[in-house]
Amino acid sequence: MAAGIELVINGKRYAVNFPPDTPLLYVLRDELGLTGTKYGCGEGMCGSCTVLIGGSARRSCQINVGAAASRPITTIEGLEKEGTLHPVQQAFLDAGAFQCAYCTSGMIMSSVSLLQSNPHPSAEQIFQALQGNICRCGSHPRIVEAVQQAAGKMQERAK
Amino acid sequence: MSKAGEQVLVEPERYEFRALPMHQFALERRDFCKLLGAGLAVFAVAKDLSAKQETAPGPHGFHNEELPKEIGAWLHIGEDGMVTGFAGKAEIGQNVRTTLAQTIADELGVPIEDVRMILGDTALTPFDAGTFGSRSTPTITPQLRKVAAAARNLLLEKASKQWNVPGEKLVAGDGKITDPASGRSLQFAELAREDDVGHKTPGEEHIKPAPQWTIAGKPIPKVDARAFVTGNHRYSTDLRPEGLLYGKVLRPPSFGATLISYDDSAAKAMPDVVLVRDGDFVGAAAPTVSAAERALTALRLQWKEVPQISDKEIFTYLKKNALPSREDRFRQTKGSVAEGLASASKKLETTYTVAYIAHAPLEPRAAVAQWTEGKLTVWMGTQRPFAVRDDLADIFHVAEKNVRVIVPDTGSAYGGKHTSDAGLEAARLARAAAGRPVKLVWTREEEFTWAYFRPAGVIEVKSGIAADGKLTAWEFHNYHSGMSAIETPYEVANQYTKYHQVPLVLRSGSYRGLAATANHFARETQMDTLAQMASIDPLEFRLKNLSNARITAVLEAGAKAFGWPRQKSGESQGFGVAAGYEKGSYVATFAEISVDRKAGVVLVKKLVEAFECGAIVNPDGLRNQVVGAMIQGLGGALFEAIQFQNGRITNAHFSSYRVPRFRDVPEIEVILLDREDLPSAGAGETPIMAIAPAIGNAFYDATKVRLTSLPLQPERHLAG
Repeated sequence: MAAGIELVINGKRYAVNFPPDTPLLYVLRDELGLTGTKYGCGEGMCGSCTVLIGGSARRSCQINVGAAASRPITTIEGLEKEGTLHPVQQAFLDAGAFQCAYCTSGMIMSSVSLLQSNPHPSAEQIFQALQGNICRCGSHPRIVEAVQQAAGKMQERAK
Repeated sequence: MSKAGEQVLVEPERYEFRALPMHQFALERRDFCKLLGAGLAVFAVAKDLSAKQETAPGPHGFHNEELPKEIGAWLHIGEDGMVTGFAGKAEIGQNVRTTLAQTIADELGVPIEDVRMILGDTALTPFDAGTFGSRSTPTITPQLRKVAAAARNLLLEKASKQWNVPGEKLVAGDGKITDPASGRSLQFAELAREDDVGHKTPGEEHIKPAPQWTIAGKPIPKVDARAFVTGNHRYSTDLRPEGLLYGKVLRPPSFGATLISYDDSAAKAMPDVVLVRDGDFVGAAAPTVSAAERALTALRLQWKEVPQISDKEIFTYLKKNALPSREDRFRQTKGSVAEGLASASKKLETTYTVAYIAHAPLEPRAAVAQWTEGKLTVWMGTQRPFAVRDDLADIFHVAEKNVRVIVPDTGSAYGGKHTSDAGLEAARLARAAAGRPVKLVWTREEEFTWAYFRPAGVIEVKSGIAADGKLTAWEFHNYHSGMSAIETPYEVANQYTKYHQVPLVLRSGSYRGLAATANHFARETQMDTLAQMASIDPLEFRLKNLSNARITAVLEAGAKAFGWPRQKSGESQGFGVAAGYEKGSYVATFAEISVDRKAGVVLVKKLVEAFECGAIVNPDGLRNQVVGAMIQGLGGALFEAIQFQNGRITNAHFSSYRVPRFRDVPEIEVILLDREDLPSAGAGETPIMAIAPAIGNAFYDATKVRLTSLPLQPERHLAG
């Protein structure tokens, strides 16, 4: 049955009325209009719908809205702060790390999560972190380059 | 729905290519003015573009689609100095929005920031047959250049009159006309303002040759890239117009199934659900996707299924069911193959097979449709907005002018978004929804099942070589997969090439490069075996049999970068090469693989590709496309194959249909040859087609095992 659920997304509180077993993805996109998070397969196999829940990358098609309610959620729309792109967004832009760009939101969210837990990932660790994200256009080398660039920038900034 | 509509929705064999409309849809000038306000408008029509489009086979025969006799292009310079270009193309990730903007900025002489492109909107842009066949660069780019040159000349004329200085003494550039003698200048915006929305049809305008380009030819970043890293860009799937309902279509249990009983009593009782049954089309629209799904689940239906061909028997079936053809366009003959074989010192006969594969665009097929006072608007990710408009107009019996198809920049297509399906389905549901818009997004399973595939095929090659390694005979038969790049680029006095049509088994259509990949796989594998039989290095053997200087150039450039011929550092290494040309562009691919027999693992370690497509419009975007095609090509080369059994796709998920992921991507090096002396050709397709044979040939080099089927699945061929 539909129940009142409170979500905290990108620092804002939202009250939504959905059955708790509804996948978070549909609530984000259809109810809240946060359409930067994409549907790619609905089966957790492509990574297009990746968001951060409590700071870790999660497939929003595989997590129920009820289970997501207890922790802060970050979507692609929440990365830009006062007109300044997140370093990972900026690096994707600088590296031209996309073609159709439908996978880009998910790639960026997975990369942000990786860099939070591992600020200096090796190429192999980047592959590992992004292996679940599909890019059909074949922008993989530029995506890896973008993650490395972002890691460098974030390291500089932290100094 | 109309009878015609049922046919489109249920007939799995429908092929997306067909005859073009006999007339052109012309933008009504008052709409144009309303949209852009005052300024200078320039309109162009090219009457003599007769380039032929390549197509793949379909039920209506294999035919070359003719381009429309007139392709228009528009340009508008606003009072604010903003320049707007119009083209019927779709942006599907190939970066055409950027390259067209570059072209206009370059020719007109304005900064790229001042140019915006309106693409793929049947109400606003000139007619366009579709975004396919690598045609955007060779056809629309020169069109827009002509129209921009006409606009520039008009502005020069106006300044010349105003200052009473001959036009040839004035310079156009950076958004203004300058008189170098006096130093005075006039902004384009000021000059455009004087003209009260006139229009000029270009004559024989002189356009800038590539060596004079200042904005084209440069690595300009994607023009609206920021919207994609912030999630702000709205794809079709992201649109949420006021009052939106979500649609779902009930799919038959198998291909060819027909609905024999229908009971909607339970579903009808559900609130806020719009149910539609129209022939075998069954769908629902509701305020949420899950409500629409629930309604469909509540239906009690019976289907009649018919037996269908399965993947195990497909190649035998294709070979047995080839249609007899008397048509010359399927055949090329030169000399006598029998004589060529008789005079050969060595002969080789091989059969190759190619599996069905899926495009699997990450944004699934989707559309939003809305009816307002008998007029239909559809937003849809499609490569053929005008064809979708025509289909909608036909099926719903409305005038073309009452249907508008708008293509938001789309989450890729690769030749997979030619058909009208999602738009027709959404429009059918919306028709029952009392003016409310309906969005339909196909699930991934629907994508893998109800879209269409790159056709499977069987290819038979007979060939002979003389003692010196020169080809003496070449006979090539392609069953079903298609004619693209079917003719050998090598010099052979005796040739016979034939394409054999076969009625469709699975719904099939375009795919990046069409059959060029299949035909190159067969040809370049055969060439490699012949080289080995002649005891000649595979690269040398190709060069020996080639007189095409552009293929030779990419082979030599690639060989240099790869370091061919290379010494193996161990038994487990293999090197391979393949090359060819198609659609005016030229490619040579070199592969290095490593084989671990114990672990049963084959890895592609490195790919080097040399590519040439005439004058390069945007080297950065081009590199992105070339690398992308190479990576996409890895999937079809190594592991992608649609599995099907009795009318069902049995691997319709990303968990069972493997596509290339990060770990599959080898080290990649791309060499772009910029031929400023040659017209620019399209580049989205050809870079894919030599990947599979280069890898297969490298596998042979490492193992002495020859692979003749796509996907190669090399691990399955490791002995021990």
